[in-house]
Amino acid sequence: MERDLVVILENPWLAIVAAIAGIMGYLTINAMMLIWLERKLSARIQRRLGPTEHGPFGLLQSVADMGKLLSKELLTPDHVHKPLYLAAPVLVFMPVIALCSLFPISPNWVFHDFDVALVLLLAIGSINIVGIFIAGWGSNNKYALLGAVRSVAQNISYEIPLILSVIPIVLLTGSLSLYGIAAAQTSYPFLLVQPLAAIIFIIAATAETNRAPFDIPEAESEIVAGFHTEYSGMRFALFFFAEYSNMIIMCALATVLFLGGWRGPFLPGFAWFFIKVYALIVLMMWFRWTFPRLRFDQLMSFAWIVLVPLAIINLLLTAVVIKLF
Amino acid sequence: MSETIEIVAEDRDTYYMNMGPQHPSTHGVLRLVLHLDGETIIDVDPVIGYGHRAHEKMAENRDYLQFLPNTSRVDYLSGMIYNLAYCQAIEKILDIEVPERAEYIRIIAGELNRISSHLLWLGTYLLDLGGITPFLYGFDDREKILDILDRVTGSRLTYSYGRFGGVTMDVDDIFLRQTTEFIEYFKGRIPVFEELVIGNVIFQERTKGVGIFPRDLIQHYALSGPSLRAMGIAADVRKDEPYGIYDRFEFEVPTQQAGDCFARSLIRMEEMRQSLKIIAQALRDIPSGPIMAAKVPKRLRPPAGQYCFSVESARGRYQHYIVSDGSDVPFRHKLTTPSFVNVSTMSKVMAGNMLSDAVAILGSIDIVVPEIDR
Repeated sequence: MERDLVVILENPWLAIVAAIAGIMGYLTINAMMLIWLERKLSARIQRRLGPTEHGPFGLLQSVADMGKLLSKELLTPDHVHKPLYLAAPVLVFMPVIALCSLFPISPNWVFHDFDVALVLLLAIGSINIVGIFIAGWGSNNKYALLGAVRSVAQNISYEIPLILSVIPIVLLTGSLSLYGIAAAQTSYPFLLVQPLAAIIFIIAATAETNRAPFDIPEAESEIVAGFHTEYSGMRFALFFFAEYSNMIIMCALATVLFLGGWRGPFLPGFAWFFIKVYALIVLMMWFRWTFPRLRFDQLMSFAWIVLVPLAIINLLLTAVVIKLF
Repeated sequence: MSETIEIVAEDRDTYYMNMGPQHPSTHGVLRLVLHLDGETIIDVDPVIGYGHRAHEKMAENRDYLQFLPNTSRVDYLSGMIYNLAYCQAIEKILDIEVPERAEYIRIIAGELNRISSHLLWLGTYLLDLGGITPFLYGFDDREKILDILDRVTGSRLTYSYGRFGGVTMDVDDIFLRQTTEFIEYFKGRIPVFEELVIGNVIFQERTKGVGIFPRDLIQHYALSGPSLRAMGIAADVRKDEPYGIYDRFEFEVPTQQAGDCFARSLIRMEEMRQSLKIIAQALRDIPSGPIMAAKVPKRLRPPAGQYCFSVESARGRYQHYIVSDGSDVPFRHKLTTPSFVNVSTMSKVMAGNMLSDAVAILGSIDIVVPEIDR
């Protein structure tokens, strides 16, 4: 059995198909389970029960929702720019699939490790903004356009502190490969030496994934649903999936950079990796259900006046310390 | 296909955007036509009337008692206050003596209703600002009040508890005990809300310095309620023109100087405290006795003339203006509601703020749309 698997995976084409199928399956189930988790967690925070009807602990609630969304008519409003409107959900979701293959889940579980995996990840990770902007533009709706403009401004602004908080890690390890960075944290996770970078990274990652308190692009009390106002059915679900999958990517990146990747006592490597990723996701969900939303200009000034200078100072200090010792 | 009427801006740099009538944070069917430059508001034009039910016209077509169920539907969040206000207005016109016990019950019920209205404001305001969780906690505590009032009055939202000359049903020991327990419980809850919600950094960032009412609006628009008290003027109908037996109770009228959304939030939190204080005093002093006046005329015929009666509702000064021609049907019945005044000022207050602030300001005046439309 194991031998057969190796034979299949040695064929590069079959390996690619297997990897894409595996990632797609994982992302779909993951997004559905995360939606369940979010609903359950928010319910507990708000002293409610959350979903209880379908399956044990309401676990099948997302499956039922999925069925509903799949069976809905794919509605295209009359006033939209059709090619852009149709392309946007795909463009938002696609980059995520490419990114998932880069993570070292345990020492032996790496789909593909580049020397510059980190750069590739940050580069492809920003493609989904194009998708979001196209969604807002193509919808031909003022709420959607406002949401898209907000989203682009926010994502570009927060990309800078995000990258600036990653560079100190690269300086420490001298590697741009995710496997190399994770492997370098032999005795302690980088969270201990780079706490400021870790905090900046988590804040910027929350903003990058459009999560509360930075969910300004889809602020439902201001601009209805932001860039996906005009989407329904499975197209809307793709935006939803992309949001949760982006959370996974950002949290996995934080795990590799700051929490030592697969390292941990007793349990096997992949278990530790996933424990850390999901712990970070729970943290992000906790943010969402306890904070109100920032205003757009406050969000921007927070990025440019607080986060960027802090990240630069942190980077300079790291560089000086590394040079001295 | 129906034609959509689009308002097009004269220049190419600005645009108009409709907020409502169906919008998550207009608290009902209110429509704001926003003239925007990017995200900055140049002008706001509130369009009202989507929830108009012609309460005033209905009053002209039925006798005084038949209008009673309408009153609490004018503002469904402080229905008790509105309902009792109508009874008190008629009693004042016809000189009906209300028994002591009924007066105390009215105070307790009215103040409980005020707290429940403010709790709903707290929840929905945070919802407008993007914080979802406080909503559930606010409603949880509000539910306790609704349960207490439900047991006595028979309804949860649109009460018809008052009658000319008293109240429909007497309260029992269970009501008094439940209310006492609620006061004790809620005294501990207010600091929790203040610390976790009002004390939150993002909440303060969003509300401080936002939506300051210009001073000249006070007289031009006859502002009242928390919006006025947040500008440093201690005006409260309960203190200034005491109705019922409010002059027997000790309570303070909280004021703030800033006049922004944050000041209005603080005022409402403090008002809940003062309401608790009033209820505690009323529970202490409540006498036994009848709950309805012994002699209420069967047919109500106020002498011809004009009558005016105002109370302090949860949102500000609420006024009945009744013109009688001597028959048992009012010639004209005008309701002056505080949210109408507040919404009229919006174009002056919102201009220059961001789009997100529009939501914050609209929430901070505790808008109830059916009360505007009546």
